[in-house]
Amino acid sequence: MVNRVSRSSENHYLPAHEIRKKLDSREISSSELTNDTISRISAIDGEINAVLKTTAETALESASAADRRLRGSGPEPGPLTGIPILVKDNMSTAGIETTAASRILSGYVPPFDAEVVSRLNEAGAVIVGKGNLDEFAMGSSNEHSAFGPVKNPWDTNRVPGGSSGGPAAAVAAGECAVALGSDTGGSIRQPAALCGVVGMKPTYGLVSRYGLIAFASSLDQIGPITRDVRDCADVLNVIASHDSKDSTSVKAPFKDFGAKLGESVDGMRLGVPKEYLVDGIEPGVRTAFEEAVEELRSQGATIEETSLPLTNQALAVYYIIAPSEASANLSRYDGMKYGASVADGLTTAAEVSQHTRGEMFGDEVKRRILIGTYALSAGYYDAYYKKAQQVRTLIRQEFIEAFGRFDALITPTSPSVAFEIGAKMDDPLQMYLADICTIPVNIAGLPAISVPCGMSEGLPVGLQVIGPQFGDRTVLQVAHAYEQVTNWHRSHPPL
Amino acid sequence: MESLTPDEVRYVARLANLYLTDQEVETYRHQLTGILAHVQSLQEVDTTGVEPTGHATDSTTVLRSDDSAAPLDREEVLRNAPATSGEFIRVSAVMD
Repeated sequence: MVNRVSRSSENHYLPAHEIRKKLDSREISSSELTNDTISRISAIDGEINAVLKTTAETALESASAADRRLRGSGPEPGPLTGIPILVKDNMSTAGIETTAASRILSGYVPPFDAEVVSRLNEAGAVIVGKGNLDEFAMGSSNEHSAFGPVKNPWDTNRVPGGSSGGPAAAVAAGECAVALGSDTGGSIRQPAALCGVVGMKPTYGLVSRYGLIAFASSLDQIGPITRDVRDCADVLNVIASHDSKDSTSVKAPFKDFGAKLGESVDGMRLGVPKEYLVDGIEPGVRTAFEEAVEELRSQGATIEETSLPLTNQALAVYYIIAPSEASANLSRYDGMKYGASVADGLTTAAEVSQHTRGEMFGDEVKRRILIGTYALSAGYYDAYYKKAQQVRTLIRQEFIEAFGRFDALITPTSPSVAFEIGAKMDDPLQMYLADICTIPVNIAGLPAISVPCGMSEGLPVGLQVIGPQFGDRTVLQVAHAYEQVTNWHRSHPPL
Repeated sequence: MESLTPDEVRYVARLANLYLTDQEVETYRHQLTGILAHVQSLQEVDTTGVEPTGHATDSTTVLRSDDSAAPLDREEVLRNAPATSGEFIRVSAVMD
């Protein structure tokens, strides 16, 4: 059984809701599916390095329980019951090593589950492993993992994007239908775009951050990476919840993320902010985006150019606020309480802490800690951190005004397709500037999705739909309407 | 913007509790200078009288009822510590 199905077949590229039908019709059981998923990962992941570890034993237990539930015992099954899912390795899993792709957390076994992990377990989803990422989710290429870069399944000489490169590459490569990522400045949407899959960052606060290893707390948000928009809504219905363990958690003012799926975009007002079509945008990306605009227009949407003049400043705001919050959040890693420790030949606790951090943090993490510490230090706080927070207010207002005129905004997700591994490693600033289309969304706490909208040079291009706060259903509606008349989300790499 | 000096980088690293090699000090000195020069563009934005935003969603202070709840299991938590002594985490000298 296992060997027969683990080779590539169209089954490996089905969205979860179609797999779910096969579970219902007893064509396949969750246990068979889970075995197949794990053998598929061990067969092909050597080429892409998307998965840091598989959790076969606990996954098969969850799968057996899901099979019983699907056959009528226990709680009513839901859309994710029996579905294998990969979780980015910055989400705590009780009893399973959780590293955030950092050497400083090697060997760390959380004594508790992240809230999203609890929600998945309750829904009967089968967690099959932990996905690779840029260390502490800091990066846009997944080259900053302590456990080696992830390769793009469409071209293994190229990056998958980051920081949720492992989850996005795994879904693209047919390793699993669903994965969870986290998004601080585009870390779900940009790798989803570069890998040709769907990824969504919901409105800040809708998904609990409890147990998510903190990077920049006012920007971090967990969300799904899937093969189509329907799955994306189904996953959000499971993981979104008000959680008293996260003081920034908010209760959604609606029940069903998928409530507007199937509704037409006829008569909707969509804006294209011109600042997102930057000078450096690749011609192939621009063409694919313009074709997507025409497609939505032909469905009856009114599409107009608009301007968000503070877009460029959003990058500067991000590269002050995110490192500042990171420098505070990462101060907890001291080589004493958990994780790695460098103590040999050192006599004081301060030395142990400094050397553990110096040796065990990677280059990008240290760079961001230094920027953040500088921005927060005496004499610079007002000029950097406070100034960035004030401009953040203006950026938020700029979006609120735009959503007075438009139901949603549409943009490319990234100005380029996947670039070659190593191409930007020596120039961190150039790597940062490529996040221009995704970062403003986090600054303003908005929901946004990326859906595949074409190919350029044989590599996927993503269309981003941005909504107002709590406009998550509208974002999903527009993306779904686009997806219904295009086939980009069905194409997959030849793995 | 003027280039950061090696001493400025070492000072920030000390605040961040981060040991850096001389080579790293040199590399970060140039990279941080470039990044800080880029974020200077914020100074062009007029923010007179603008309130700072800490969180993008309107949040209020959240209080929970003052009830006790079960904490994490001590043994399980200590299992992650690099060095322990009885029911404590053991650390090196905290005084020089």
